[in-house]
Amino acid sequence: MKELKRVIITPQETVLNGECISRSGLTPLYREFCGDYPKFFKMDSLCKLGFMGAELLLNDISLEEKSDMAIVLFNRNGSLITDRNYQGTLGDDNYFPSPALFVYTLANIVTGEIAIRHKIYGETSFYLLDTPDWVEIERTVRNTFCTSSASLILAGWVDYETAEDYLADLRLISRD
Amino acid sequence: MEGVMKICKIADNIVSPLGFTTAENYNNVAAGVSRLGTVEGVFDLPEPFCASLFNREEVTALLDRELTGAEALTLFEKLCVYSVRLALENCDVNPADKGVIFILSTTKGNVDLLEENPTDARCYLSYSARRIAEYFGNTNTPVVVSNACISGVCAQIAGVRELLSGDCTCAIVVGCDLLSKFIVSGFQSFKALSPEPCKPFDRDRVGLNLGEAAATIILGVADATDAQSWEYAGSSIHNDANHISGPSRTGEGAYRVLFDILAVVDRDELGFVSVHGTSTPYNDEMESIAMHRAGLDDVPVTGLKGYYGHTLGAAGIVETILSMQAADHGTVLATKGYENCGTSYGVSVSPVERNTDRKAFIKILSGFGGSNAGIAYRKGGEA
Repeated sequence: MKELKRVIITPQETVLNGECISRSGLTPLYREFCGDYPKFFKMDSLCKLGFMGAELLLNDISLEEKSDMAIVLFNRNGSLITDRNYQGTLGDDNYFPSPALFVYTLANIVTGEIAIRHKIYGETSFYLLDTPDWVEIERTVRNTFCTSSASLILAGWVDYETAEDYLADLRLISRD
Repeated sequence: MEGVMKICKIADNIVSPLGFTTAENYNNVAAGVSRLGTVEGVFDLPEPFCASLFNREEVTALLDRELTGAEALTLFEKLCVYSVRLALENCDVNPADKGVIFILSTTKGNVDLLEENPTDARCYLSYSARRIAEYFGNTNTPVVVSNACISGVCAQIAGVRELLSGDCTCAIVVGCDLLSKFIVSGFQSFKALSPEPCKPFDRDRVGLNLGEAAATIILGVADATDAQSWEYAGSSIHNDANHISGPSRTGEGAYRVLFDILAVVDRDELGFVSVHGTSTPYNDEMESIAMHRAGLDDVPVTGLKGYYGHTLGAAGIVETILSMQAADHGTVLATKGYENCGTSYGVSVSPVERNTDRKAFIKILSGFGGSNAGIAYRKGGEA
């Protein structure tokens, strides 16, 4: 396995391959490095975070290469932030469950959003871990290569707590 | 295939409204029994819905009687523990062994606790998984798979990968979801639920039913003495890259899953394909297209949602276990609720049970996020 690229996104900065490319939040980051995908604004925060990480890692990868790649993501919260928002719409006097919100109460939706954007038809998987433990993440990536035909995997940690506390640490990893 | 490590099923269990053992569940399904029914006033929901639910009082009393030292666990965790314990009774695996890893498949775990306390730590799925593993004295970090409705197949695939890589010697794969106001209201908001027992692949199908279950498959490395066990034959996971809440109109992901599996499993080996068959108009149509594209029009298809509803994180495990049971009995289970073909391609579905002498099957699932997964098993010594 070989790490080709790495991006780290926090509320303070975005670092691509060791170089700080932005010191802004997610929406300014979107305007600067993407800008042509209005669906971004419908996404929940976890999806926005994972989506921007994928934008920065995959911008120069060909459609053909992306078609068969896999996406293997991890976090601690799952979709808990959106779960709490959705739960807030279920009060006795305030009962307005919305399908547009409910769909984001699944952590793996972020893998689907990235797959749709980049036309990735390979494996998409989401696992939960207590911490961004890269020994565990790399082990899972290695095991994924063993039983799938993917030659590239977008893998890593994507966890959103609050606007002041989030982390994407995503890497593009090739089989050889 | 000499020299290649073989992964096999060591033991299993299903705990559901249809029974607390695999045999009880299989016998009820084979006899056409279902617990799907209309419920009102449950979970404080304003509208009635049709589902297959545990009787809360009965199951709570049973678990309190049967499980010792589980007082601190939630009902969801107790059901996982109970199912694992019953599976362990059928084999000689020591769950506390360093080589054993727990794999949890669930979509929402303890999400019902959010209503009382939005910061309840038990809502973290990995926390729940650790409590389940620790009940059995297992200290390895459990694997937690959360891939929406395909989780039950993905968790088995994760177990197979752990075994193939030598990272463990035994994988205890447990899947469970309990229904709650949270889950049912969401599916209602999508207008995805059928007010009547669902009708998989039927022309009059209008939606799915939800259900509850916990199920366990214990996987291990096969040795020469396991000639008659169910062996892992192949698996695949693909995304539709199309829509986060609707299946692909071309069945792209599901087709790719079947295509991959048919590269390692001969279609003449297959007794049947156990489909997702949720009974939503889009899902079943999509599966018929994927089956047709994969050249599987003539292979018998069977769907089990008419007995259990959609049991979410448990579905892939429940349906895999029942597929093994059915093939062992030389049977393709009837698709309860199906009457008339209601998909573009006339896949081979039947409202009555059929015979088969073939000892291999594919279990497929599709779900939110555009995800699709499949796993195939064959009976050892028969291929």
